[in-house]
Amino acid sequence: MAERSFAREVQDLRLGAGQEFRGEGILAVTKALLQSGVGYVAGYQGAPISHLMDVLSDAQEILGDLGVHFETSASEAAAASTLAASVVYPIRGAVTWKSTAGTNVACDALSNLASGGVTGGALIVIGEDYGEGSSIMQERTHAFAMKSQIWLLDPRPNLPSIVRAVEDAFELSEASHTPVMLELRIRACHVHGSFVCKDNRRPPFPLSQALENPRRDVSRIVLPPSSYVHEQEKVKERWPAAVEFIRARGMNETFAGDVEEIGIILQGGMYNGVMRALSLFGLADVWGATRIPLHVLNVTYPLVDADLAAFCRDKRAVLMVEEGQPDFLEQALHAILRKAGVNTTVCGKDVLPMGGEYTAQVLVEGIRRFLEAQAPALLHAARTPPGAAAVMREPAVQALMKAVPPRPPSFCTGCPERPIFSALSLVQRELGEHHVAGDIGCHLFSINPPFDIGATTMGYGLGASSAAAFQVKAKKRALAVMGDGGFWHNGLATGIANAVFNKHDGAVLIVDNHYSAATGGQDIPSSRARNPSRSTQHPIENAVRGVGATWVRHIDRTYSVGRLRDMLRDALTTKAEGPKIIVASSECMLNRQRRERPAFAAAVKRGERRVKPRFGVDEDVCTGDHACIRLSGCPSLSVKDSGDPLKEDPVAAIDNSCVGCGNCGEVADAAVLCPSFWRADIVHNPGRWERMVARLHGRLIAALARRRDAKRLALV
Amino acid sequence: MDATPPELPDRSLNIAILAMGGQGGGVLADWIVDLAEREGWQAQSTSVPGVAQRTGATIYYVEIIRPHPGRSPVLSLLPVPGDVDVVIAAEFFEAGRAIQRGLVTPDRTTLIASTHRAYAVLEKAKPGDGRGDSGAVAAAARVAARRFIAADMQALAERAGSVISASLFGALAAAEVLPFPRAAFEATVRAAGVGVEASLRAFAAGFESIATPPTPPPAAAALAAQARGGSEAERAALARALARLDEFPAPAQPMLRHGLQRVADYQDAAYAHEYLDRVAHLAAHDDGADGFALSIEAARHVAVAMAYDDVIRVADLKTRGARFTRVRAEIAAQPDQPVGITEFFHPRLEEVCASLPAGLGRAVQRSALLSGLIGRLFARGRHVRTDRLTGFLPLYLIAGLKRRRRTLLRHAGEQAHLDAWLALAARHAAADPRLATEIVKCRRLVKGYGDTHARGSSKFDRVTGAVDRLAGRADAADWVRRLREAALADEDGRTLDGALATLATLESVPAPTGETV
Repeated sequence: MAERSFAREVQDLRLGAGQEFRGEGILAVTKALLQSGVGYVAGYQGAPISHLMDVLSDAQEILGDLGVHFETSASEAAAASTLAASVVYPIRGAVTWKSTAGTNVACDALSNLASGGVTGGALIVIGEDYGEGSSIMQERTHAFAMKSQIWLLDPRPNLPSIVRAVEDAFELSEASHTPVMLELRIRACHVHGSFVCKDNRRPPFPLSQALENPRRDVSRIVLPPSSYVHEQEKVKERWPAAVEFIRARGMNETFAGDVEEIGIILQGGMYNGVMRALSLFGLADVWGATRIPLHVLNVTYPLVDADLAAFCRDKRAVLMVEEGQPDFLEQALHAILRKAGVNTTVCGKDVLPMGGEYTAQVLVEGIRRFLEAQAPALLHAARTPPGAAAVMREPAVQALMKAVPPRPPSFCTGCPERPIFSALSLVQRELGEHHVAGDIGCHLFSINPPFDIGATTMGYGLGASSAAAFQVKAKKRALAVMGDGGFWHNGLATGIANAVFNKHDGAVLIVDNHYSAATGGQDIPSSRARNPSRSTQHPIENAVRGVGATWVRHIDRTYSVGRLRDMLRDALTTKAEGPKIIVASSECMLNRQRRERPAFAAAVKRGERRVKPRFGVDEDVCTGDHACIRLSGCPSLSVKDSGDPLKEDPVAAIDNSCVGCGNCGEVADAAVLCPSFWRADIVHNPGRWERMVARLHGRLIAALARRRDAKRLALV
Repeated sequence: MDATPPELPDRSLNIAILAMGGQGGGVLADWIVDLAEREGWQAQSTSVPGVAQRTGATIYYVEIIRPHPGRSPVLSLLPVPGDVDVVIAAEFFEAGRAIQRGLVTPDRTTLIASTHRAYAVLEKAKPGDGRGDSGAVAAAARVAARRFIAADMQALAERAGSVISASLFGALAAAEVLPFPRAAFEATVRAAGVGVEASLRAFAAGFESIATPPTPPPAAAALAAQARGGSEAERAALARALARLDEFPAPAQPMLRHGLQRVADYQDAAYAHEYLDRVAHLAAHDDGADGFALSIEAARHVAVAMAYDDVIRVADLKTRGARFTRVRAEIAAQPDQPVGITEFFHPRLEEVCASLPAGLGRAVQRSALLSGLIGRLFARGRHVRTDRLTGFLPLYLIAGLKRRRRTLLRHAGEQAHLDAWLALAARHAAADPRLATEIVKCRRLVKGYGDTHARGSSKFDRVTGAVDRLAGRADAADWVRRLREAALADEDGRTLDGALATLATLESVPAPTGETV
């Protein structure tokens, strides 16, 4: 079960013609898929498209009614391969993932798919994870579209435009026998808006029909000589067909303006930002009117040369607003205009930054520089956009620059991965620092304070293989970390089987939190939960042994810091040959709390006995050295004023958000820290006997304490 | 471009919410959207949750606009500096971050901030005090915001049994920056349908926080001036010690009183007199510079050093009546509710020996057999249930060993350390009282238990070890301060290594003479 329940949103998927859908952009895509008569949907979760997967996961019933097959793929490669169903059958299919990380993984299948081409519409919904809030390398999907010849849509970031793009994409795909990518940036995925629905459509050609009447067409298979034919088809048939469809459908949009000597060409996704920038100059308004003509590329690949030449022809200069590098579109525009004999000046990356997100602030500055160079009179007459430059120069604000520390993401309160890195810190204290290869997942937060552990991250599930070069004789071994998500994504083969086969000597730590946790807590094969629509409960340990690993240790409670420390020490020092594999399992605390908290409250309400643990710190015993924090970093373990004039440094304190995971006690124990920690087990609905015993002990203890208090010399 | 009809609003109201992942910034954004739509406005919200959801700094952005039939607004997905009407910060330094990002400007922005702090890991992991300066954020907010509204929204929400999004929503309603009545805000909270009553209480608390001025900090408690407990002779001796405070400079007396309180509580009246003797020895050299800093710091640090945290002390603190009251209050236990309390002890061989009479302790340390035996016995940590007599009594008895403390091995070690440290300070006090003050303050480095204590002591040794080389330089005191701050900057002492290396290079050039600034 995913982190968020989409029970309410699922109902929106049933909305019919004329009804209004309100919600997130990515959920609008889900509805648009059903309106388009999609036959199957697959994908791999990851921000910003996780919600698309999660809502469909929760919508099994509706999908069943419509005859739509939905699959949570093992990886993006698996998802992309699913589109094979549209190669010879007239079935529409959609897959989704975060890009470019996922596109990298999917490339093998994508290249093959794009070579043979498709019969049914094939749509790839891309969550373009670029700019603020991104968790991956900053790259563009654009290059993938160009190299494989897959069409790339980049619609204006409002719900009606996004929905239309989905619908058009299927038709474009079918008209040009080419898969189509729909690129949605992070904020577009999460934008809240509304659109007017159409009825859902059952897929006209059901998957069962294909199975029962199989077809094959050897010319669609990527093997010579067909592959040479495909290459010719791409340029001679599919490309022109696509251009023709894009023009005929009017997928790109031109917005007229009265200042005709200049214009702006932009990616659809940049539209709202450009409009806001223009309106701050007084050159556009919030209702969509603009004084400078705009040509909006809702399709960024392929370009429609004739339309671009026509837009530019009578203009002195145009500005190309293209986020990210390299400047594919700007270069293409230069070529198009030169070939068409159009002399218009092209501005772009000369006034806008080559790389990085085009925030509205960046766009304001870029447009100002463009106008300054190409339409100074217009700029002179325009309004000065508001800004913060003046206030930023204030000494009090300047002083702030050093005062506010960064706040990177980290392990949640009670996270079961924290004790793993506490244990690893303790082992490194004994054995010295080791080379630790990181992976993708929540566990990568170990690279930040307080743990500062992990040297590289090469990709999802690639932790173990990224330590492959270090399998040589040395006084220390390499340790690779891998999450359960990455393990099933590909780590079993590329990491474990590879390490067994190549007789690696290093250690591999597999962090098993029972979910693909970083992407929102989706189930994976080793999830412990019973999932009616998936087969779960396949232990990682079995899989690891299945590919030949022999030194395998499993710990089913990561909070046992001492045991884990001993296990890690053993893995790093044992004489045993072959990879030393530790599977450290405990459930993701976010998911556990989501399940247990309401159940706990309900049980207490029913009058059942329940015990709630919570940790605390004795402020008079704590000396304010913060060693515990350096081994934990838990958000609920913080500091506060000591309240003691003799103690200058703040003391440790645990707030109400503590979930009583036990890490504090374990770390205090294993690290031989201070005795300030206590655990309180608060008993709800105690039995009469329990209450009596507690009262008896309490009274005796209180009497003894009073006796000593009375005798103690004190100054009051 | 069409002229905008006069009845059309020409811009949206823009609201940015800065929160930490898990704080409910998304809930607040959803409420604002729902509120606006409920009132017939159009709303667009965006966020970039992603991994930032995992406790990182997160920003949510909402634009709302009065709609016009047949036209749809083009709203921004990103806040533009200078173009934000309301910034809501769910934590005080997130307000600082908003100002840093230029989202708060004097002509436009109402800044609503919760004054509570959730310290970043970098702030709380420092061995010393790494906390950022809230005053800097407040000063910047007063300059940057058109209107600055601040209250501890977290505390208000907790008191109401709810979460911070509710109290912030209340403050937003009271700020009257959105053109919607309070009832509409409350209707939104009700429609959300989760924990409605508690949310409404928190909403009301947030709403009213704007009108009520912040409560002034409580007045300082009256100074301790009376001996209590113990025998009559002890009380008399402590009263005499109290009377001795007049021998000290007045500015140092409050700190001395705290120190006296600590050491008397820790041991006995004689110990209190020892304390005053030690402080007096240093205070004699105090020339009154920096407000009698030497006396004040000696009063502070000698008390802490004398009341070192041994097993007896910890057992005593853990078995006091007031301690159980405090724990129960902290977890909000009902008066008759059973609460199990588990303590985590892990004494090592060193601590065990230290708790033995000095001769015996040394003998154990010398004997491999005994050391090994005891080491094995204490290899595992002890979990002690102090809510049960079985766990409480052993600790209670250990606490009772207080009378024997002076004979124990640990005491001998602490005394030697104390004497050496104070002798070092005294040696330089006459020639350079500022240097002596800095030496005294170095005692701050010794803290923690077990390995942490050992590392702190080693840093203390390294810093104080540099004193004799520095003595005579005009900037000797500054150097000791610098070294101490470096020692507190990280755990493994790398910053201190660097500072000492710099010092070594300086020593090869002539020392500056004359006054330092």
